[in-house]
Amino acid sequence: MNENKPLSAEFTKGLLKENPVLVMLLGMCPTLAVTTLASNAIGMGLATTFVLVCSNFVISLLKGVIPKAVRLPCFIVIIAGFVTLISFVLQRFLPGLYESLGVFLTLITVNCIILGRAEAFASKNKLLPSVLDGLGMGLGFTGALFVMGSLREILGAGSWFGIKLPLISQEPMLIFIMPAGGFFVLGCVIALVNRLAKKKPPKEISCENCPSAALCGMDKAGCKASSPAESEAAE
Amino acid sequence: MKEIIIIIVTAVFVNNVVLSQFMGICAFLGVSKQLKSSLGMGGAVIFVMVCATACTYPVYMLLERFEITYLRTVAFILVIAMFVQLIEIVMKKTMPPLYKALGVYLPLITTNCAVLGVTVANIDEGYSFPQSIANAFGTGLAFTLALVLFSGVRARISGSDIPETFKGVPATLIAAAIVSLSFMGFSGMSL
Repeated sequence: MNENKPLSAEFTKGLLKENPVLVMLLGMCPTLAVTTLASNAIGMGLATTFVLVCSNFVISLLKGVIPKAVRLPCFIVIIAGFVTLISFVLQRFLPGLYESLGVFLTLITVNCIILGRAEAFASKNKLLPSVLDGLGMGLGFTGALFVMGSLREILGAGSWFGIKLPLISQEPMLIFIMPAGGFFVLGCVIALVNRLAKKKPPKEISCENCPSAALCGMDKAGCKASSPAESEAAE
Repeated sequence: MKEIIIIIVTAVFVNNVVLSQFMGICAFLGVSKQLKSSLGMGGAVIFVMVCATACTYPVYMLLERFEITYLRTVAFILVIAMFVQLIEIVMKKTMPPLYKALGVYLPLITTNCAVLGVTVANIDEGYSFPQSIANAFGTGLAFTLALVLFSGVRARISGSDIPETFKGVPATLIAAAIVSLSFMGFSGMSL
């Protein structure tokens, strides 16, 4: 087989099949917190994508250098560095977005998707697949956030990207932009994905699909089950 | 003293860290299956939050002194990661029963965004040292409260008949929406 097919697969798997939010159930905090407006959701998604691609790039380059025992602190520092970078860029060029994302911009550092991809993919794979994997996962995350943000903004504020929509902008259902609405919409979207995928509901959120599972003794069983493609690549 | 109490009450009820600020959702959904594990995780989080705040506050003053506050994220996450490891080692040696109770949850706390969130929020709010500690304690308490309340709700879900597509995570999230709704009652309160 030529090289192209597996490479494009690394990119596309994050978009739908292994979508980090809707299928693998990672990174729930920003998904719920910043999706009150569609534009915030896109901003958060792209900022996370940037950090994910950069950290996958660097970690993939350094995979032979970082000692295994201290890999997690190393990964976190690399990630935190890029988060600092992107928050400077946003503060300077998009101060409005910077304000509305608030503390969640800093909290990209502890987003399980990024650490999870570093641990499960970038630290075991070559440069190009790692970057593509980061890009795919990041865009999948952005897509999920965009869907959430659009639904909540349209239902809860009666507008979309700040443009008032006829009919519902008169009496929007405020509950959807409140915290409770976030949980509700995410629950419904995941149920819809289950329905469309026509398969068993995804595994419960538990240690198994947590990136730090390796630390607390759950070890790789969960990682491998959730992403068979990677265990092949790792071999 | 009054100020400290207000900070704690605000953190626990008005601005509940899980149900209205969406921090630590992964741990909230993952660990709240049983009351016992909820209490264990809650205890570990309170402990780490208070200790991490006690460490990051002086670290931030140091950063401020050298005018390198932009290193805040990097410094804080390192302090938290290091600190969690340290607690684990010390606890294992000196307090085996406590370690047995909390040990499993400790490594998970490094990536619990509520911990980094509370240390950053303390700086952003401009709290003094005692206020920061109070806020950290209150936030930890809020996390525990949310977990304990929700574990009760989840016990009910597991026994009920729900549509196939909603089984598992979607049902849990919708239950969380209803619990969160009840905390909205506090949101109008200004102390």
